[in-house]
Amino acid sequence: MNSTNPSDAKQTPVYEVCDVTYRYRQVTALDHLNLTVGAGRRVALLGANGSGKSTLLRILNGLSFPDKGKVNFCGEPLTEEKLQRDGFGLEFRRRVGLVFQNPDVQLFSATVFDEVAFGPLQLRWPHDKVRQSISGILEMMEITHLKNRSPHHLSMGEKKRVALASVLILDPEILLLDEPTAALDPKSESHMIDFLVRSKGGGKTIITTTHDLGIVEDIADDTFVFHGGRIVAGGPPSEILNNVALLKQTSLLHSHLHIHKSGEVHAHPHLHQHEE
Amino acid sequence: MANRKHRGRGFLERTTASFVDALERTFYAEETARADGLLQRVDPRVKLLGILALIVPAAAARSFKVIGGLFILAILLAALSQVSFGVLLKRVWIAVLLFTGVIALPAPFVTQGHVIGQLPWLGWTFTSQGLASAGYLVLRVETAATLCVLLVLTTPWIDVLKALRVLQVPVVMVTILGMTYRYVFLLLETAHDMFESRRSRMVGKLTGSERRRVAAASAGVLMSKTFDLSSDVYLAMQSRGFRGEVYLLDESRMRRFDWIILAGFTLVSAAAFWWGR
Repeated sequence: MNSTNPSDAKQTPVYEVCDVTYRYRQVTALDHLNLTVGAGRRVALLGANGSGKSTLLRILNGLSFPDKGKVNFCGEPLTEEKLQRDGFGLEFRRRVGLVFQNPDVQLFSATVFDEVAFGPLQLRWPHDKVRQSISGILEMMEITHLKNRSPHHLSMGEKKRVALASVLILDPEILLLDEPTAALDPKSESHMIDFLVRSKGGGKTIITTTHDLGIVEDIADDTFVFHGGRIVAGGPPSEILNNVALLKQTSLLHSHLHIHKSGEVHAHPHLHQHEE
Repeated sequence: MANRKHRGRGFLERTTASFVDALERTFYAEETARADGLLQRVDPRVKLLGILALIVPAAAARSFKVIGGLFILAILLAALSQVSFGVLLKRVWIAVLLFTGVIALPAPFVTQGHVIGQLPWLGWTFTSQGLASAGYLVLRVETAATLCVLLVLTTPWIDVLKALRVLQVPVVMVTILGMTYRYVFLLLETAHDMFESRRSRMVGKLTGSERRRVAAASAGVLMSKTFDLSSDVYLAMQSRGFRGEVYLLDESRMRRFDWIILAGFTLVSAAAFWWGR
């Protein structure tokens, strides 16, 4: 499956996932998976829970490694040995950022300030640069007022914004987002979507996992549908979203009872539309 | 106090309430640490060194006047730092008196010296030297505990940890303690939710064996969650460049006010050592 801009056909893809199989606790999470992601593309990985999306993100971030197959990053094999080398490892961490689905996993420092400072300090940035970058990113994410707060005092929306800030401060070229809108209240969700929409044209490669079909067209140029550890379909968001049979088969769309204004109660699959 | 308040309720209710108590206490401490008091304005490193400088002469002094003076100073600092006397009374003074009192209780009766009285009914005699040594112990512990609690109540816990760096505690130790503090609350909330959900589906009281089963099962689930969490946290650290060494950004700056307070602590400490010899 490909996510590359036709005009960049000759450019080296950011990621080439070749026939990757990954097993976790006796379960096959990824099954002979193939995927190519071009530079600057915004990719949405759709799939129900347990379909293998988050596992793929961890592999793309060099946190887990395939049992079979290989992953190339900018034309070079992404292996545990290479990541252990200071030069490649630190450069890779600067270029690729992962925002975890559960912000409590990511917010391990005692204050928001320490959390945002963690990445740059590990990459051994000069302290003055770290201080300046922290001020800038906190302002950009509108969380300056949370600077000295402890993560356990934050709401879910605030935690997600801090988690995103802690990754964005490194200005990664490739951003991996695991369910960025999950468990958010409507206002926090709209903040997150605004950020993803604004990032279009910014030159970053953004790979987002989600099962929120309502946001896919806004946040992605290409969409891949996961099912049972495999990619079963790929294409532009409009094409995928119109394939009702595919969405039902992959548990992304379901029928549930709802009430129309006329008082009629019935069930059928439907997508929610945004107002113009 | 928490135990007395919760007596008469079932096992699940008591456990859940004790989680809430623990969280409430922490929130109180954090609220006090944000108040606009004297000690809150002092650099955490100065506070840590200053409080230590007062605790050592309090423990070493052989004069009631000196230890009493340091205790009064601690009370004065509490007042200037908006720390409630009620909280100090309940959480420090009474608790310390009961705990240390039990340890000091035999001293008046077993210490050799000038007999000054006799217990009615039992006929046990007590000596002035014994009373003095029990008094020293209680007063020393009360003073030291009050000073320690003042440090904790007027300083965010993470600043206390960072201040430990001034005592040459390794960065990795400070970081581990900070992360422990961070995740204790998450696990406390998880445990609280687990007990609440069990409570919401139960009627009546549990028998002893049922209580043990619930406690063991909950501990098991919590441990399993903790393992998963710690593994994910490690991955999240790696993802942002962690390679086995921790680097911290020290944002604290000593101001003139901090130097003056440090000088004050040093003078009082030196004077207490001198007078308490």
